[in-house]
Amino acid sequence: MVAPERTGTADPGEAPTATPPPAPAEPPRARLTDRIGSVEVLAALLILLIALREPLAGLLSAPSLATWTTVFVSVMVQAVPFLVFGVLLSAVIAVFVPRSFWARALPRHPALAVPVASAAGVVLPGCECGSVPIAGSLIRRGVTPAAALAFLLAAPAINPIVLTATAVAFPANPEMVLGRAVASLIVAMVMGWLWLRLGRTDWIRLPRRPDLDDARRAVAFWSAVRHDIVHAGGFLVIGAAAAASINVLVPERWLRVLADEPVLAVLALAVLAVLLSICSEADAFVAASLSQFSLTARLAFLVVGPMVDLKLISMQTGIFGRGFAARFAPATFVVAVVVAAVTGMVLL
Amino acid sequence: MNRQAQACVLLLLGGAVLRASLSDLYLRYVKEGLRPFLIAASLLLIAAAVMTLWYEMRPALRRSTPAADETHDDHDDHGHAHHEPRVAWLLILPALGLLLVAPPALGAYAANQSGTSLSTGGLPEYPPLPDGDPATITVYDYAVRAVFDKGQSIGDRRVRVTGFTVAGVDKQPILTRMRLSCCAADGLPTKVGLSGNTPSGLADDTWIEVTGRYTSRMGRDPINDFEIPYLEVESWRQVPAPRDPYE
Repeated sequence: MVAPERTGTADPGEAPTATPPPAPAEPPRARLTDRIGSVEVLAALLILLIALREPLAGLLSAPSLATWTTVFVSVMVQAVPFLVFGVLLSAVIAVFVPRSFWARALPRHPALAVPVASAAGVVLPGCECGSVPIAGSLIRRGVTPAAALAFLLAAPAINPIVLTATAVAFPANPEMVLGRAVASLIVAMVMGWLWLRLGRTDWIRLPRRPDLDDARRAVAFWSAVRHDIVHAGGFLVIGAAAAASINVLVPERWLRVLADEPVLAVLALAVLAVLLSICSEADAFVAASLSQFSLTARLAFLVVGPMVDLKLISMQTGIFGRGFAARFAPATFVVAVVVAAVTGMVLL
Repeated sequence: MNRQAQACVLLLLGGAVLRASLSDLYLRYVKEGLRPFLIAASLLLIAAAVMTLWYEMRPALRRSTPAADETHDDHDDHGHAHHEPRVAWLLILPALGLLLVAPPALGAYAANQSGTSLSTGGLPEYPPLPDGDPATITVYDYAVRAVFDKGQSIGDRRVRVTGFTVAGVDKQPILTRMRLSCCAADGLPTKVGLSGNTPSGLADDTWIEVTGRYTSRMGRDPINDFEIPYLEVESWRQVPAPRDPYE
């Protein structure tokens, strides 16, 4: 048999599974690519994986790989409730809260809206996985990006649960709680104002979502929920995998070398916070265990972690676009390290 | 990935989390307190999947355009590559990780990655040990009382602790128990050295129940230079892994 010529006149039934051109005029049943859709691929993949279960489990039984899988699965399991409830709230904002509400709730001047939004973050308990889709919805509903971004940074860093956890983790140093709250609030507001001054709206590329304007609110609501969970969740998987890799690959003893240099110690823990991507409700306990580091270095860990980490960068890339994440994450990192260092010098 | 397949993935993930939280499987990964939230979140995932399928299956409710798949869905005209459909495939991984692999709780490997961890600073006064002889306490409780209280609140009472073994530097087993504050990613070990009638010939990750008394002997964890208290063992026995592997 000769190699089939790929011409426009080829029998549609034998068309290779190349990217289907938008051809709405064609009757949909005639094309193979329409009959083998994602559902069929998914089913085949699942059957294959179930069939290969034994060798797969054997492969993952080596201690390091088993630990990787445990950490990966547990980051995901831990994040699922926060993700789902964050997405529900963001869908409510996107579908049910009218645009006029935000105009009334936030001060008209963007520079004043930033501190208000940061303070609003304090009230809302949640972790970073939930706040990314919420911030996306806020921007979509006409909230000024500067305020939405200040909220994005403040919400996971300084809420009652996180501050209580910090107080429990540092029973002998209650000033850590104050330091964390003050430094995080300052970083959120500085980043908001910085965005007002330097940020460009076209860096944020929110995907067009015509389904949200569906007249039937229930349809729009569930569409938003499905989309955001799949979307933010998919990027969360990337972040969780990265965090699990760091967790397994970087033993703590490497850090001891850095702990004795005061400046390096701050930088090392700030970078570690980015890499480990621990949930903001738990990072205080990890910081407490890094007892060979100075309190200022550990404060940097607590301030940077909820604002910049692999999981967050991955989710921000997904929701706001690559151009945004490439600028926002490094800027936040620098501001957070500087503010944490200064706060540490003053308070601790 | 089209909407039907997305619904299947959500169903798979919701089902996996629900199954894990209805059995004790979730305790390998997160704290017990998260359970109600896990159940609620997984039911919501299943609801989102069912609603998506419901709207997809009823043609009257479908969007006016016939294309409800990835070629049009969420297509943006800004020109930035928006990989919504493709990233959805990744959500299969955690679902299958829970359903097919169900990785074990953190053990010796993780314990060797980080140094022993006790909250900084002790309490001014420690509450008395629970009643009973021996008094059953956690590894963490013993370590805190031994390091910060110098064993005063233990006195010469007999205590019973349960943990798994990790070979120490001198090949002697160290009784270890991981402690979670949120999930296994932040799991930190509490290590207690064993002296006296020490168990021998045990592989790493063997669960044992140890009965013994306080001793003032202290070791150091080579990883973070923190104190590792010792326990003078009277007797020990191998036990099955506890329901909640963490403290």
